[in-house]
Amino acid sequence: MAKYILKRVLLSVVTVLIICAITFFAMHAVPGGPFNREKALSEATIEALNARYGLDKPVFEQFLQYLKGLLHFDFGVSLKNGRAIKDIISESFPISARLGVSAMAVALVCGTVFGSTAALMRNRLPDRLIVFFSTLFTAVPSFVLATLLLLVFCIKLGWMPVWSPQTPTYILPVLSLSAYPMAYITRLSKTSMLDALGQDYIRTARAKGVSRFKMIFKHALRNSLIPVITYTGPQVAYIITGSMVIETIFTVGGLGSKFVSAIGNRDYTLIMATTIFLATLMVIATLLCDLLYKVVDPRIQYD
Amino acid sequence: MEHNNGLPKKNPLSLQLDLKKFSAAQFEKATDEEKRQQDVMSESTTFFKDGMRKLSKNPLAMGSIVVLLLILVGILILPSIVPYQYDEILSVNGKRDKSAKNLAPFTYSEMEQKYIEEGGSRFPHIFGTDEQCRDYFVRVIYGTRISLAIGFFASLIVLIIGLIYGSISGYIGGRTDLIMMRIVDIIYSLPDMLVIILLSVVLNETLKFPSGSFLSKLGTNMISLFVVFGMLYWVGLARLIRGQILSIKENEYVLAARTIGAKPTRIIRKHILPNCLSVIIISTALQIPSAIFTESFLSFVGIGVKAPMPSLGSLANAARSGLQSYPYKLIFPALMICLIVLSFNLLGDGLRDAFDPKLKR
Repeated sequence: MAKYILKRVLLSVVTVLIICAITFFAMHAVPGGPFNREKALSEATIEALNARYGLDKPVFEQFLQYLKGLLHFDFGVSLKNGRAIKDIISESFPISARLGVSAMAVALVCGTVFGSTAALMRNRLPDRLIVFFSTLFTAVPSFVLATLLLLVFCIKLGWMPVWSPQTPTYILPVLSLSAYPMAYITRLSKTSMLDALGQDYIRTARAKGVSRFKMIFKHALRNSLIPVITYTGPQVAYIITGSMVIETIFTVGGLGSKFVSAIGNRDYTLIMATTIFLATLMVIATLLCDLLYKVVDPRIQYD
Repeated sequence: MEHNNGLPKKNPLSLQLDLKKFSAAQFEKATDEEKRQQDVMSESTTFFKDGMRKLSKNPLAMGSIVVLLLILVGILILPSIVPYQYDEILSVNGKRDKSAKNLAPFTYSEMEQKYIEEGGSRFPHIFGTDEQCRDYFVRVIYGTRISLAIGFFASLIVLIIGLIYGSISGYIGGRTDLIMMRIVDIIYSLPDMLVIILLSVVLNETLKFPSGSFLSKLGTNMISLFVVFGMLYWVGLARLIRGQILSIKENEYVLAARTIGAKPTRIIRKHILPNCLSVIIISTALQIPSAIFTESFLSFVGIGVKAPMPSLGSLANAARSGLQSYPYKLIFPALMICLIVLSFNLLGDGLRDAFDPKLKR
């Protein structure tokens, strides 16, 4: 077990390092330096600025410098407005985190409930409805769903206020962000529930007279949750990228919408920092999910 | 008494019944009924035929195939029927038609109305027009073309790279396999979307194509999308194929092929790959919608296909600005995306049900 954990942690660290390297060298390949502007600066000024920010050193040395900065959470400053990126992230990330965590919770809870219901009522009306909608929602791009929800509920019907920092209403953003993972989890948990219900231990439990309630919750549901846990890691990745879209549509001032506008502005330092930050987050989530999976399912061997 | 019954001499160590102990009279001729039992009642089916039979019984999968074929025929034929171009700004009698802005479906602009009253004929704008006076129907058709082409080629790239990498890794095994799979592990844990965005941003600035060529028309974003697909997305398929090959290469027929001196490339091509064909088909069918989704996401973030070339994602994204007044401009491309993705998903599920040997009960 300890060996496995060590191996996975090491792999994650290597992954984060690779991501840092890709981002750094990719951004370095972009022509034009940070001091390029319409009014050309004099040679001497540019040289002085380069020396001031260490840009005259070899690229690899600059990379090490950058990594050192990252360890102190020093992401540099935004190219467009000169603000410290650390401040931008610490200000906008909590909003994204609240949105993302709520969406994930909704997707996990509703997904398993719907999936298990469909499995227990197989080939009856609720099952058919659940299968229909979950198939449908895996085919709708999140930005289309979000735009339609915004149009119908905020603008046409006026049931919900449009998002503003004073009156944050998370319902619609959370709903549109969780739709795809919810549909996916529903399908996943339906198959795994059906699989669990067909196992011998369920027959044994029924034969010895366990109540239906206890059979479902104690024997079937707990075993059917294992594949759902494996999906939680990729789900974090989906929610992080998905929240870029959702936040932009609902004008939620989170990190995702900051990232999208940074892409539009070609704000390279901000793109670089946000990529590294979000990627690290995803890697950590995948790592935790993998470890949790091994804890939950004792049948899996550590290789 | 010694009967030979036309048999060779029996090996004394053999445990088989010694037929020489019986006379010919002791054998009974099989009756017609018994002979009929040996008749082949139904033709033997191959794996592929069996799968196709199962697939044809799945109404959802067959419906998806019909829908996809209709879409395919539509995008191939319709552009030559509709007399507009995807980047053509509408004009009447050679004069630019400024009134043809944001027309509703099946309506004509004032200039066109006048032209029709004077006796001219005008092809209807089935989906109306967009804010730059272009026929929206043709744009949606071209968008579908581009999106499908992206999905298809991206899957093809993934298929080729994943297939070669996975088969080499699985067939050679040992240390080579270990190192190759470590590389796959690392690539697998990279957040794909973020890397795509990053590379698109960078390649956009660095890649330059001669203007006028097809590549420059498509835009660097799409090229970088393909590059990234080629670099990142193959790992899933490579893993899958490696796993298949690991189990298939233990089979006796592979051993038999090796003993008669078949080369590894021939063994992979002739004996192993046909046996993991089902897995390859299924995962490719499911790769196409995911590529279409990725493209529409990138268009949303603003790094999709280059204007004026439309894709379904960029059309839907462009429609968001005038959403309150012209909701149909979002509805048409969005419906198209849903239809295509839904069809491929259902087809992929159907293929899995029909071809996946693990599901055979």
